Parts: sequence; structure tokens; C-alpha cells
Amino acid sequence: MENKLYVSYAPHIRSKETVSETMLDVLISLIPALAAGVYFFGVRSLFVVMVSVAACLVFESLWNMLLKRKNTIGDLSAAVTGVLLAFCLPPTIPLWIVVIGDFFAIIIAKEFFGGLGQNIVNPALAARAFLLACWPVDMTNYTAPFTNLFSSEVVSSATPLVSDIKPSYFELFIGKIPGCIGEVSALCLIIGGIYLLVKKRIDFVIPVCYILGVGVMGKIFGDGFMFSILSGGVILAGFFMATDYVTSPMTMTGQVIYALFSALVTAVIRKFGGYPEGVTYAILMGNIITPLIDKFAVPKKFGYVKKSKTA
Amino acid sequence: MLKTLTFRGGIHPDDCKENTKNDKIIEITPSKIMVYPVLQHIGAPCKPIVKVGDEVFKGQKIADSDAFVSAPVHSSVSGTVTAIEKRRHPNGSLVESIVIENDNLYRLSPDIYKRDDLDKLTKEEKLKIIREAGIVGLGGAAFPTHIKLNPNKKIDYVIVNGAECEPYLTSDHRVMLETPYNVVEGLKLILEITGAKEGIIAIEENKPDAIEVMKNAVKNEKNISVKVLKTKYPQGSEKHIIYAVCKREVPSGGLPADAGVIVDNVDTCTAVYFALTMRQPVMSRVVTVSGGSIDTPRNFRVAVGTDFKHVIDNAGGFIGDVGKVIMGGPMMGIAQFDLSVPTVKATSSILAFDKSELHEKDVSPCIRCGECVKKCPMRLMPLYLNIYSSDMDLDMCEKYNITDCIECGVCSYLCQSNQNPLQKIKRAKAAVIARRKNK
Repeated sequence: MENKLYVSYAPHIRSKETVSETMLDVLISLIPALAAGVYFFGVRSLFVVMVSVAACLVFESLWNMLLKRKNTIGDLSAAVTGVLLAFCLPPTIPLWIVVIGDFFAIIIAKEFFGGLGQNIVNPALAARAFLLACWPVDMTNYTAPFTNLFSSEVVSSATPLVSDIKPSYFELFIGKIPGCIGEVSALCLIIGGIYLLVKKRIDFVIPVCYILGVGVMGKIFGDGFMFSILSGGVILAGFFMATDYVTSPMTMTGQVIYALFSALVTAVIRKFGGYPEGVTYAILMGNIITPLIDKFAVPKKFGYVKKSKTA
Repeated sequence: MLKTLTFRGGIHPDDCKENTKNDKIIEITPSKIMVYPVLQHIGAPCKPIVKVGDEVFKGQKIADSDAFVSAPVHSSVSGTVTAIEKRRHPNGSLVESIVIENDNLYRLSPDIYKRDDLDKLTKEEKLKIIREAGIVGLGGAAFPTHIKLNPNKKIDYVIVNGAECEPYLTSDHRVMLETPYNVVEGLKLILEITGAKEGIIAIEENKPDAIEVMKNAVKNEKNISVKVLKTKYPQGSEKHIIYAVCKREVPSGGLPADAGVIVDNVDTCTAVYFALTMRQPVMSRVVTVSGGSIDTPRNFRVAVGTDFKHVIDNAGGFIGDVGKVIMGGPMMGIAQFDLSVPTVKATSSILAFDKSELHEKDVSPCIRCGECVKKCPMRLMPLYLNIYSSDMDLDMCEKYNITDCIECGVCSYLCQSNQNPLQKIKRAKAAVIARRKNK
């Protein structure tokens, strides 16, 4: 045969899915929450998100250039990190803080560990934790919806969770509360989450276990089931951050353990910790124990005893 | 519709069977030069029992072995042996092969087409006949049938595998449609030999016509039934068809007989029927020729030894820009680089794909999406096996049960990062098995 034939290992057909499609679906699913953020807090929040995405893409490109590697921004994972980080920042955040956060997320939390798929903790959450430690005032400077009035935060320090003026469940649900750009509207986040579930990008296990877990634990600690779920970043984290493929366990058993553990830590920090909101640290701790969970939560293989297979 | 039976995991690739599922099996004439590799089965290779210059008849045994796990090879044409040399085998290696120049007379060997009184034969004699006919599993694995039918365990069920879960393949489908009674008779003979009490013909639900025909064919059989399987890959895997039908798991490392079950392909049943009733050895098999680069996709009955090029020419040859030619299904098949290789007993199909159908994407890092773990039919963790087997860390591979892998390719099919865990797993698995043998 003059005409050369290609050879390769089986399988010779593959599914058409790619990483960038998955990431694109995540971005699409975040649009409703972004719309809610812009609606409640004004155009500045859109601006924050755009700066954050741009900075993440730039940092990833620079890193790849520095290492003389192929640019990987096409997989859109950096864009997802940018959006998620912006979503858990208050709308009034100074832009230079956003850029520092993006640097931390992309360079320190992700690329230092080996880039996509290798990071131990969720980059966006790690960056948020870092920013919260460095600039606590700016990071908790929340705006009430439709105003320029500076109030204290939703779930944090002095407001809704603790304050006298508790918003109604309806307001909590649609997101008419002070808070971070992307975390206020439970409704929009759930719409996005359902999109991901329908597209089978995420499994229901982690969101359901985490969100219900926080609710039940909140009830036990006396904060109320619905209130615990709807305030703060629980829904955002449950659907979009805890489900991050890279930093969550593989198997269903593992995911249940991980989600319930994170829920417990969330509730404990909220009730007993120095910070009013524990979602960030809880998920980070969940991320850190993920390798351990994965080691033990191994699926039971087909057939019981040991030895080799048949043809 | 009946409730369909299945297992956990697996995938749903586009089945691409429309092109050939309505095409009757056509017998094609063998080529001028026929090549018979002495290894067409799992087990020990045979030794040629003819010499260069010998005249051979159609159906004559030309290679045999004393080894326990082995199956003889027969000539499918009459003619002269022109060479005994190493030739390319469709599995990619060079295998000693007997080359016969076809005289186009098809003179029959006196050893075949004899009728025995089946009732008088003992089980051992029947197994001997099956062995002498060179019957191997015609689904693609090519395990010698006389060994499979003689386990030292009690067999409860014999399952006829009509799942044909690989995309494109329609050869079993056509066999069931066109010669259902041969399949049923073959199954009855197998039931007799093994002493199993129940025979089950298991077919995927995407072949409703075959299900109907087979149901009709077993109407009067008390101990044979037809069961409908869910259309899913790898439903035709031995272990998974057993689980789907009998809800029994073959113990890890064991054979189906350890679960009290024997699984045989539909075409194997037909071969058993012909061997026992008329001493006909395996000289031909049904081959689906399909894929985007084949002019007129067809189902052929091809004499063993016919080269691929000849078979493809019979289907109108290539069209377009041929990128890849595969023996077997697209999930587990072997890519070919030399089309002079012969059709062997395990050649269930020859597929040709256009360059545009090739799968060439950049590989990106694993993002641990977990799809491979969720869908692995053996419930392994392919992503860890991928990591450890690329490092050839055999201890860790064993810890993650690499030897249980059935090499179905589900993990590689699903991978959105376009990694190919299967490729690495195959290499490490072979190393693990070799290491165990040396211990």
C-alpha cells in the first residue's frame, strides 16, 4: 500500500466532549447569577467580573510564556476561576485587590502545583481566603441592593444572620440582600446548577449533600434550616465550588463523605468560629482531605476474589 | 417491550449499524494466494503439518499442536503450498504462516462432510470433533471452544452472545436472522455436551428483528429462551452478559464456568452445529465490511486466509481519503498498516475510516472529572491506573486491580481530556502478568 494508513491503539472512536466544552457549560451556568448580581448591585459588579476574568487569562498566559509551554487559556478553566473568584467578592472591592486575588488563584494555587488538574485546593476559594486574611475590611464591605449605602454583610459580622433586620425568605431566595456579587441570588444559582445537572457536568451528590447538610446542621445549631441554606455562599459553593472536579473525590461514597464533612465544618465555623461565614474554609478543608478520601473510597470491583481476567 | 437486562456502567456510542444490518450475507470467492497463520486462537501456536510443494484439499488440516490450549488450522481452498514463512498477522506481529496457491477447484478433503450418528457419540468424542474442526470463539477473542465446553465445574446456563455491542458490526445480527435454526441446534448440542439445564439467547434491544426471529425459532424448545439486553457498550463482554442475564458476577480472575455459565457467540454455535453434524471445520466466517471509506458496506462470508485487500475490493473498494483500517469493532479493534494480512478466525469485521473521521485532538491534563470511574464496567479507577501505568509502577497498578481490566476502552472513549488510559493500562497489565509468571 502506497497510501499510508494511520495506526493507533483502540478505541478508534471517542466521545466528542472536551475540557473546554465542560468549562464553557460552567460559564454558561453562571450567567443567571451574574445577571442577578448586576441587577442588584449595578454595572460595577459586571466590571469586577470582567477584570477578574481578564486578569486570570493574562496570568495564565504569562505563566505559560515564562515556562515556554503551549498557552492553555483555551481550555477556559482560568476564565471559570476568574468568574468564581469575582462572585465571592463584594461589589465595592477595589480592582487592584481583585487582580492580586487572581494572581494568587492562578499562579500560586494552580500553576505552582502543576496547572490544570493538579491543584490541591480550589484556586478561587484559596484566593478568597487569602484576600480575606489580607484585606478583611475591603472584603466585607457589602452594599445593600439598589443603593450605595454601605451596610455590613449578609451572613457575616453584624448583619442578616445576627442583625435585627432579617430579610424575608423571599428576599433571601431571589437575592435582594447585601452580599457578594454572585452569591446572593439562590434562585439564579439553582437555575445554573440545574443546567449543569441536566447537562450531566456535575452529579447531584455533592450539591445535595452539602446544601442539605448545612441546613440540617444549621437547624441543630439553632440558625434555622432555610436561613442557613439561603444566606451566605452555601448555594454558590454547593453547586459550583465544591463540585470542582479537580478537588473533589471520585466516587459517590467519597463525595458524600466530602460534602457532609464540608457542611459540618461550615456550620461549626459559622456558629463557633471567629468568622461569620465558614463556606470558604470549609470547602478548602474538604479539598485538602480529598486525596485521603479517594484513597479509601474505592469502588468495589466487579467479582470478588483476586487474580487475572479472562479474554 | 420486556424489561431489558444490563449491568452498571458502560457507554452509548452511536451504533452505526444501519449501513449493513439489512444486507444479506454474501459468500465471496477466496483470493488467489491464501495465507493461514498457525496462530488464530488464544493459546499455543500450531505447527505446520504440510510441506512446501504439498497439494492440499479444501478442509484439510494443515497445522496442529499437541498443546492443551490450541486449535488446529484448516485450508479453505484446494491448491499447492508455496511457502511456509513468517507473514504479517492482523494483530500486528509476524507469525509463521502457510501460504497456499488456490487452484480454484475446491476439491474437498475426504475427512470432511461425513455424517455421524450423533446419539451414539460420547461427550469426549464430540469434544474431539469440535477440537478437530478448529472451532474457536468467533466473537473475536478466539478461545478454543473444546476447552471452554469442558470445564471441571457444574454448568447451569449456556448463554448465546448475540449482543454485538460494538458499533458497525452486524455479522452476528445477520447470522441470527438468516440461520436461526443453526444457532438453536448448535446451542442444543452445546447444552448436551455441558449438561447445562438452560440455554439463553441474549440479544440487545437494537435488533428487534433478530429477537423476533430467534423467539420464533425457540418456540418449541422447553429449556431455551431469548432475553433482551439493553443496548450499551460493552454489553457483549462475557462477564457483563452473564451479570445481565443471570445476575451472577464472575469472580475476579475466574472464568465464566466459575459462575456456572458458559458464553458462546452465535456464530460459534453455528460452527459447532456444522462440525458435529457434518464434520465441517472452520473454513470461513462472517465479516462485516463497513465504515466511511468503504464504497458499499456489506456482510460477507469470507474464507479464512483471504487477504483484507481482496475482501475490501469485493465491497467496492475504498472511497475518499482512507485514514485507518481496523480489524474488529471500533472500540477494541486493531488498526492495520498492511492490507495483505489474511482474514483469520477472529476477524469479525474490517472497517475503514476516512481521514476526516480520525480522532485527532490534543491531549490535555486529566481534570479528574470521574467519568471513567463512574462508567468503568469492571468498577476500577482508570484515572489512577493511567497515572501509575504511565510510570510503570507495577505495585500500585496491582493495588488498583489492573489485571481485572477487560480492555473495553470505555475510559478512553469518555476522556474529555483525550487521554488514552487503555493504551497505558494494556502495557502495564502485560508487564504485571509477566511479572507474576516469573515469580
